[in-house]
Amino acid sequence: MSFKLSDYNTAKLIIKKLKELNLNLKIMHVCGTHQDTIVKNGLDTLLQECNIEMRQGPGCPVCVTPQKEFEEAKTLAKEGCAVAVYGDVIRVPVEGGSLADLKAEGYDIRIVYGAEDAVKLAKSIRKPLVFMAIGFETTAPTTASVLLNDPPEKFYVLSCHRSVPPALDALLGMGELKIDGLIEPGHVSTIIGLKPYEPLSVKYHIPQVVSGFEPLDMLVAVLMIALQVKRGEARVENEYTRVVKYEGNTKALKVLSDVFEPSDSVWRGLGLIKDSGMKIKRRFEEHDARRVFEDELKQLDSVEFKEPLGCRCSEVIRGLLYPQECTLFGKACTPTRPVGPCMVSVEGACSIEYKYGRLNVKAASNKS
Amino acid sequence: MCLAVPAKVLSKDGAHAKVDFGGGVVREVNVSLVDVEVGQYVVVHAGFAIQVMDEDEAKETLELWQQIFNLEPEGGGE
Ligand code: SF4
Repeated sequence: MSFKLSDYNTAKLIIKKLKELNLNLKIMHVCGTHQDTIVKNGLDTLLQECNIEMRQGPGCPVCVTPQKEFEEAKTLAKEGCAVAVYGDVIRVPVEGGSLADLKAEGYDIRIVYGAEDAVKLAKSIRKPLVFMAIGFETTAPTTASVLLNDPPEKFYVLSCHRSVPPALDALLGMGELKIDGLIEPGHVSTIIGLKPYEPLSVKYHIPQVVSGFEPLDMLVAVLMIALQVKRGEARVENEYTRVVKYEGNTKALKVLSDVFEPSDSVWRGLGLIKDSGMKIKRRFEEHDARRVFEDELKQLDSVEFKEPLGCRCSEVIRGLLYPQECTLFGKACTPTRPVGPCMVSVEGACSIEYKYGRLNVKAASNKS
Repeated sequence: MCLAVPAKVLSKDGAHAKVDFGGGVVREVNVSLVDVEVGQYVVVHAGFAIQVMDEDEAKETLELWQQIFNLEPEGGGE
């Protein structure tokens, strides 16, 4: 495609405009892919010159999944099921060992690329297969779709899907960090559209912009937020018009609502958030791992999970802490020997900083 | 995991389509969540097309940016 999404002069123009606006802003985004664009291109350092601070919020689905859900998957593996997971799930540290550790002990843990892969796998083996389905609204329709398409009898879904807008509401409601604007995740928004964000702008008077993933997309989104702040507005705008429609993907939304219903859900770093989970509807209960294996999983209800010693993922997830501020970062905690989930997932803030070698960078030099 | 990549639809067969990610990478993806024709671009996530993207939309992006650059910060608002 021929459009100029990485034009250096345009970037310079945006930075100039932002400097002229002369605002002091904290902007949060909630997407690992956005964070990758920011760190890879040094956009945060560039924006600091304009007094704009960028923060990653709870935008990594693997990172916000609480230990209990990994333990559910482990329990079912020990019960004799094959467990299928996405690649960056297997190494997430859990008290008593990760899923990878379990695999090393001989239990059947498989990596799949998507829900259809998991179904294919289920068809090819004799034993029951549990698909640990992690992801926000971007991924949940793919899980829903396979449930709607007559999956094999012994295919079960452990739904760890979560919904982004309730988490944003919870985070803004906590008020720990004064956030002047939100950059909304492009691919979650591809599915849900703009409407679910609108109540947040009203409730918290906060500008929100849905952004694409090129460096210029993100700079334009920052400029759109800055312009709203300057004018005293708080609206939901769309920068990623080439993909995101106001109404979202209505076909995918229908599939989602056919299969899932909102349920209260615990997020790592944020705690229990009302209606933020996606529970499998009764109609599909014979494929719902939590219903079918209710007895096996019940014992986990009373277990309390401790965060790994010294790991500060909870604060990283809430945007309160930069990875470099964690004393374990790059020392005791590295991608080969991760201590917390934020160092495992490709969308985790810690792993992204490590990947681009910003081991000592004080990204937060103008931190208040 | 919310990473999604554009690809061009080469052929369709029911719920599935062969798509080209560029550089000779051709895969089969599920297109049941979108209404897409051969020749169009889709955004692919975890083996599913999650939206259709076409080149006019790219033009739209440039137009949107142009509008924003031309905005005067104090103008237009109340
Ligand atoms: S660097 Fe490691 S220990 Fe520290 S917050 Fe990140 S994942 Fe946790």
